[in-house]
Amino acid sequence: MAPPAVTASGPSAAVPSGRPRSAPRLRAPRRRHSADRPRRSVLLTLLTSLVLLYSLVPLVWLAFSATKTQEGLSRSFGLWFDGDFALWDNIGRTFTYDDGVFTRWLLNTVLYVGLGAGGATFLAVLGGYALAKFDFPGRRAVFAVVIGAVAVPGTALAVPTFLMFSRMGLTNTPWAVIVPSLVSPFGLYLMWVFATEAVPAELMEAARIDGAGEVRTFFTVALPLLAPGIVTVLLFTMVATWNNYFLPLVMLKDPDWYPLTLGLGSWNAQAATAGGEAVFNLVVTGSLLTIVPLIAAFLLLQKYWRSGLAAGSVKE
Amino acid sequence: MTTPLSPGAAAPRPAPPRAARSRRSWTGWGFLGPFVAVFALVFLAPIGYSLYLSLFRDRLIGGNTFVGLDNYRQALGDERFWAALGRISLFLAVQVPVMLGIALLVALALDSGRLYGRDFFRVSIFLPYAVPAVVATLMWGFMYGTRFGLVGDVNDALGVSLPDPLSPGLVLASIGNIVTWEFVGYNMLIFYAALRVVPHSLYEAAQIDGAGQLRVITAIKLPAIRGALVIATIFSVIGSFQLFNEPSILQPLAPNAVTTDYTPNFYTYSLSFNGQQHNYSATVAIVMGLITMAIAYVVQLRGMRKGG
Repeated sequence: MAPPAVTASGPSAAVPSGRPRSAPRLRAPRRRHSADRPRRSVLLTLLTSLVLLYSLVPLVWLAFSATKTQEGLSRSFGLWFDGDFALWDNIGRTFTYDDGVFTRWLLNTVLYVGLGAGGATFLAVLGGYALAKFDFPGRRAVFAVVIGAVAVPGTALAVPTFLMFSRMGLTNTPWAVIVPSLVSPFGLYLMWVFATEAVPAELMEAARIDGAGEVRTFFTVALPLLAPGIVTVLLFTMVATWNNYFLPLVMLKDPDWYPLTLGLGSWNAQAATAGGEAVFNLVVTGSLLTIVPLIAAFLLLQKYWRSGLAAGSVKE
Repeated sequence: MTTPLSPGAAAPRPAPPRAARSRRSWTGWGFLGPFVAVFALVFLAPIGYSLYLSLFRDRLIGGNTFVGLDNYRQALGDERFWAALGRISLFLAVQVPVMLGIALLVALALDSGRLYGRDFFRVSIFLPYAVPAVVATLMWGFMYGTRFGLVGDVNDALGVSLPDPLSPGLVLASIGNIVTWEFVGYNMLIFYAALRVVPHSLYEAAQIDGAGQLRVITAIKLPAIRGALVIATIFSVIGSFQLFNEPSILQPLAPNAVTTDYTPNFYTYSLSFNGQQHNYSATVAIVMGLITMAIAYVVQLRGMRKGG
């Protein structure tokens, strides 16, 4: 970024990387400098295209494969169509196979993502706001412990959490998946940094003088200002819960409570078990259906995750 | 972005407004309380519980008995644990540099302004991050297959016989490829975001001094994004040590190559859920957690020292 933009983005313009207003402002000086910038290079574009191909070819393979029957998968070339176009048939069978268990998994996933990611975001927003805007005993200690916890390998916790939850009778229920998803140290950190800049103390003070209580101040003054940060945290907690595999694997025995990831894994493993029916075309189609919503969300909400990811990862 | 946030990192310490100080104490806790309560339940309690578990052992005679540090002694002498740790260390030593290297090169290419269609590159290369590890592994697992995968297609088309990526000798590299595919874009974005906030006046000064592109990269860009490099390395190390999803999904496709103690985490899982050795499993998890934290700490220390 050109110097003018950097000076302009002092404390007041600090957070708005997600606000639409800032986009043209940040870009304008860039263009001015393009004159003394090197010309575009075909060679470099081609070299980078190798990485692009590496990233996209598997997804293209998946899209083509979802249009094939089980036999078509083995007889045709992976990156083109087979003779029969079986996509609609595959989608239909994916949803009806095994009494429509895929639909059930989809609804479970939506439940886990809705309550888990939604709750995690809500707790992170409240907590980040508290850390940023209030002084209270133990504030620093809380922060140190939470940040330290990020370094604890999450999977190392899964087994003890399972044993604890099984004592409490929570395993094999949706709560076993939802409750651990409710804590996002990364989200807390992001909201803390974000709230520090986005909510001016003067505004909070003004609201208090007007007689608003703390809860009302939070909801009417702070929350709207925090919106861009909230979307970022929500997006990343959504990805984390949607993609979660280890936690539900440990917690759930009953396939009726599986999320999509676990269900697809079980369909895949089914072929390896004695007498199990191989349904690779359904695994492939189900995989495609699983990633479509997330890819759509990422493409639609680009401006948020770009700034959000940058914010959290660079400064943590 | 770094610049906008650097005041954020420093500000909170002196920040709390004078007016709020008078109501120091409970208001803040009201907002933070819910998070802390759940955090205690799903982070602190399991850590405490596994420490407790690791000191006991289920015996046929006498039931659950206190054994002190016996479990730890057993873990330190456990060949299967060390084999898994060795495997993962090899994985780490090769996969993390390759992945971060590719990510850094792409980020530098994007930042150089010499690419056609920069935004398209950035979004497309990031896209695999949105794909669940399970789906990524299934996808690559199928493509690896000599039966209906791309490897089979290439063999047929060119009349060659490529080595089977799911054979015992190659499966670790194949897993490395899957993980690399998933996270190149994520790391690229971290580096790119850090590069974007390097002040342009530095480049202009370098240009006046007659520095070439390569010199600008080594003398200005890389030192400027050291923090991002250290963070990405730490996250990658932690991620590698936790490796579980990819080998566990590949197992049905490559039952001979992937054993149930393939990675330390897979081993912990198998101990607990196939062997019912909960106490020992908790011990191995703790040892693994300590090793991970120690290595993350060393990476951070080294990164910072170079920066000093």
